[in-house]
Amino acid sequence: MRHGRYPFIIGFLAIPVAIYVTFVIGPYAQAFYLATTNWRGVSANPKFIGLENFERLLSDDIFWKAIRHHGLLLLAMPLLTIAIALFFAFMLNVGGGSRGGVMTGVWGSKFYRVVFFFPQILAVVIVGVIFSRVYAPDDSGLLNGALGLFGIDPVLFMANPNIALWSIIGVLVWQAVGFYVVLFSAGMASVPKDIYEAATIDGAGRAAMFFRVTLPLLWDTLQVAWVYLGIAAFDAFAIVQVLSVDQGGPDGATTVLGMEIYRNAFSYSQFGYASAMGVALFFLTITFAALTLRVSRRDTIEL
Amino acid sequence: MTTEMAPSAPVAPAGTGKAGTRAGTPAVQRRREVGLLSGLGHVALAVWAILVIAPLLWTILASFKSNTEIFLGNPFALPKEFSFDSFARAWTEANVGRYFLNSVLVVSLSTAGTMLFGAMAAYVLARYPFPGNRVIYYLFVSGLAFPVFLALVPLFLIVNNLGLLNTYTGLILVYIAYSLPFTVFFLAAFFKTLPQSVAEAAMIDGASHTRLFFQIMVPMARPGLVSIAIFNIIGQWNQYLLPVALMQGQGADAKWVLTQGIASISTSAGYEADWAALFAALTLSILPMIIVYAIFQRQIQSGLTSGAVK
Repeated sequence: MRHGRYPFIIGFLAIPVAIYVTFVIGPYAQAFYLATTNWRGVSANPKFIGLENFERLLSDDIFWKAIRHHGLLLLAMPLLTIAIALFFAFMLNVGGGSRGGVMTGVWGSKFYRVVFFFPQILAVVIVGVIFSRVYAPDDSGLLNGALGLFGIDPVLFMANPNIALWSIIGVLVWQAVGFYVVLFSAGMASVPKDIYEAATIDGAGRAAMFFRVTLPLLWDTLQVAWVYLGIAAFDAFAIVQVLSVDQGGPDGATTVLGMEIYRNAFSYSQFGYASAMGVALFFLTITFAALTLRVSRRDTIEL
Repeated sequence: MTTEMAPSAPVAPAGTGKAGTRAGTPAVQRRREVGLLSGLGHVALAVWAILVIAPLLWTILASFKSNTEIFLGNPFALPKEFSFDSFARAWTEANVGRYFLNSVLVVSLSTAGTMLFGAMAAYVLARYPFPGNRVIYYLFVSGLAFPVFLALVPLFLIVNNLGLLNTYTGLILVYIAYSLPFTVFFLAAFFKTLPQSVAEAAMIDGASHTRLFFQIMVPMARPGLVSIAIFNIIGQWNQYLLPVALMQGQGADAKWVLTQGIASISTSAGYEADWAALFAALTLSILPMIIVYAIFQRQIQSGLTSGAVK
């Protein structure tokens, strides 16, 4: 039976490991080296310049702008998405009250769940392009057309630097809510029904039920959601590239690190500097994930 | 219905007489709270459903309109006549058809590759202890922690050095590579749960390790494989950063995938003011998703959320 065990193991692992090391591990390792060079362009030779790229990064206005935008995204997007999704998930699972001891959703729950989830399967790019027309700055856009019916002047959703980033956050929330409704629904469905029964007998209303029963039991799922949305907040490249004015504009008002990395690498051929930004992004993401898991650690409620 | 009785709430209704004043008032308060909450809840649900449907429906309707109708007409009006001109323009001149087929080609091969290599690696790592097993496993899983942007520049250089820039082969290999961490992580956990007794019986009957995998383990792991396949198909179909970094330069547009194509049509529609063709291109990329979603709605939901539910 032992016969041919090692040839089999090697045969099965060789190709996947080779592909993975070549295209994933290799580039990640190289990125840290490239970040310490002044490499510009495929034909030029890289020269080691130590931490110069990082010094330059610290005095780069557009880098700090991007960081601030990630900060706003990191706060607003998860908060809005989770709040809306939690409310809907609660309505769709428990909102209908108890029927024969089983908590049910409100009327039409199934329909809502199916509709809400759909944007999730569309590419961010497609969604971005759709919203570039929804947000169109004249009456031909869906939103300004609607505002026009009430006699409100067209809003420059993407051209006004004060609201451009919020308009982008709106699109991200629009797309994400359905996914988290489904995710939280799965969490709520796994709460044993006798806990709800007991709470009903004790006279808990729906609000009390939500804050005292559902929310604490859903803590783990919420934590997962927060990490997912946080990581998404450090991306936002595709939506910014297709939806914003001048890819991150107006005047850098919506730019994100991914956009700047892409721009530095492929428009300016500043490979070293772009890699330094990549390294900064990596440390930001890792710090966020570690902090979230630490801060939100709480005793899990055993069911 | 429930809200109508709200004004009479301070007075205990006769119906609750049995419970008396002690329990009557809280019960009514609760019912009022319930009525208000579910009333608001229903409105909120309906509003969100409209918010989700409206932009999509509007896009589909606008694709039948002419450019003048889109630009000067009421955005809420139905098309005057259902014209398919814009679809013809989107399909032939804007090459949506080609981009669509490119996406189908790339994603079908890369998902097949991801599933084959991912399942092979996950199976060996989950069920065959050997020195270095954990090292390789964590090498794969560590890929989940890194943002793709970190790898972007070196990846571009490596693909370029291999002569794979602007090739389907290059893009497919890169898709497979970046899908492996999650696929291996998920499937290794799945293969671990399969019973050892079946494997032993098969080995006693003289099956080789390879036959055991393909004829017994893969069929047993089907539910897990289906979930992760859906996850990969949708993830790779919607991928934008990798193709935009690896399929660029002169002549690359013939090999663009759909997301790239749509982004570029969106830019050129701005110059040419051909919004009808843009809406048609969008419709052509949304409609298949609606059809697929209508059929596999349950599997897609569980496939996409499988990553978050342990």
